[in-house]
Amino acid sequence: MAILQVEHLSKSFGTTAVLHDLALSVEKGEILIVIGPSGSGKTTLLRCIHCLEHPDRGTIVLDGVPFGSGDGPGRAWRPDPPRVLDAKRRRVGFVFQRFNLFANLTALDNVSIGPRRVLGLPAAEARARAAALLSRLGLAEHAAKLPSQLSGGQQQRVAIARALSMDPLLMLFDEPTSALDPELVDEVLQTMRELARSGMTMIVVTHELDFAREVGDRVLFMDGGRVVESGRPAEVFSQPREERTRMFLRRLLRTGAPHHPTGHEAAHKIDTGADRRA
Amino acid sequence: MFDFALILESVPFLARGAVYTVEVSVLAIVFGLVLGWILGLAAVSGVGWLRAITWAYVQFIRGTPLLVQIFLIYFGLPAFGIDVPAFWSGVIALGLNSGGFQAEIVRAGIESIDRGQTEAARSIGMSAFQALVFILVPQTIRRVIPPLTNELITLTKSSSLLSAIAALELTHAGQLIIARTFAPFEIYAAVAVMYLILIAILSRGSALLERRVFVNY
Repeated sequence: MAILQVEHLSKSFGTTAVLHDLALSVEKGEILIVIGPSGSGKTTLLRCIHCLEHPDRGTIVLDGVPFGSGDGPGRAWRPDPPRVLDAKRRRVGFVFQRFNLFANLTALDNVSIGPRRVLGLPAAEARARAAALLSRLGLAEHAAKLPSQLSGGQQQRVAIARALSMDPLLMLFDEPTSALDPELVDEVLQTMRELARSGMTMIVVTHELDFAREVGDRVLFMDGGRVVESGRPAEVFSQPREERTRMFLRRLLRTGAPHHPTGHEAAHKIDTGADRRA
Repeated sequence: MFDFALILESVPFLARGAVYTVEVSVLAIVFGLVLGWILGLAAVSGVGWLRAITWAYVQFIRGTPLLVQIFLIYFGLPAFGIDVPAFWSGVIALGLNSGGFQAEIVRAGIESIDRGQTEAARSIGMSAFQALVFILVPQTIRRVIPPLTNELITLTKSSSLLSAIAALELTHAGQLIIARTFAPFEIYAAVAVMYLILIAILSRGSALLERRVFVNY
């Protein structure tokens, strides 16, 4: 049975429709890669699954438990009451493009604060668990440092540890390497690779095609808020069925970044400009 | 011409005025800080009527002279049978006034923190309240120390307006001596120097707080 089942998901910001009646399902342990041009709705899709944005309508069921209530294509989404939502949300880990580590806390505290304050673990136990998690990710020596003292790659790995600290059923990655300098990308991808190998269920929005091909079980190409094409990465990348997929991949391979020749900064602007209007 | 002996003679009396000024200011600062944070947090809460009340309050405080606010409390409240002594009128007026300005500082401080911090907090299951307490407020405190220091300096100096209701603070103490000695230059110069010393201590304390108590992040 699918661990995540999304149906009829729709979301507009004002008059701009970002997601159109979208459906997807993810099996336990599956690695789903999401690719697509800026503004295609990838980030909004992840944010809706995490209820950082509330969808307009649709259903999102995680491990048999629905988020909110928006049954059927016609009915409007009703969000869960705050406390219920908080409890459901912690079963999903979210890794942000810009890390968003808590600037006032050390790496260790970033990873222990969730178990301590949300799960109510005793301080010593939360810290011990956080320390173990950091050393598993090769970050033990950075435990006492503040985010501003870490490189981008280290920050993102701490952010992954922070998400893992809540023992999520599912991890969402929103372009986790696109805000990083090129030489720092590999350490983050390596961490994600190991996480995938450990059996974690993951949805990864990324433009790293090599990573997608190697780690992904399935790739989903989105454009204009719809799933245009999906399949095994090797097949989709080498023999895309849709013209739009073909064009996107060609552009990506040529420039290393889709649609926005000025690089990831522009990508961020365009992407979040459309996605975070609320 | 410049009579140093007169200044030396006046120091004990002026010092008593300075102590009064410190007492009024410290109490008003504490009151203003509490009020400022409550109003500042209300201003960023999602609750519409709380925001409206805060907005109206800040508009009133900013839009009317402090001296009028002091008079309203000291001369105005007795009309309702509420008699507040000069000292407490000063604490209340300065505290209410400073609270309005501090509310704006706190509001701006919280709003200046990246939205990603809140989202990350919510993403690990924290409630909006937990995100505020554990993530936003600690970062805001550090950010607002410099503007709050300015506000506290302004408050301390504004306490000189309490001379208008005959509170025995530093400026009024100076006025009383001048009435007796007819040496306004010497005495006001001495008064000015004493304010300078008080403010220097306040600034120094704030700088220490910023550097020592709150690590650099």
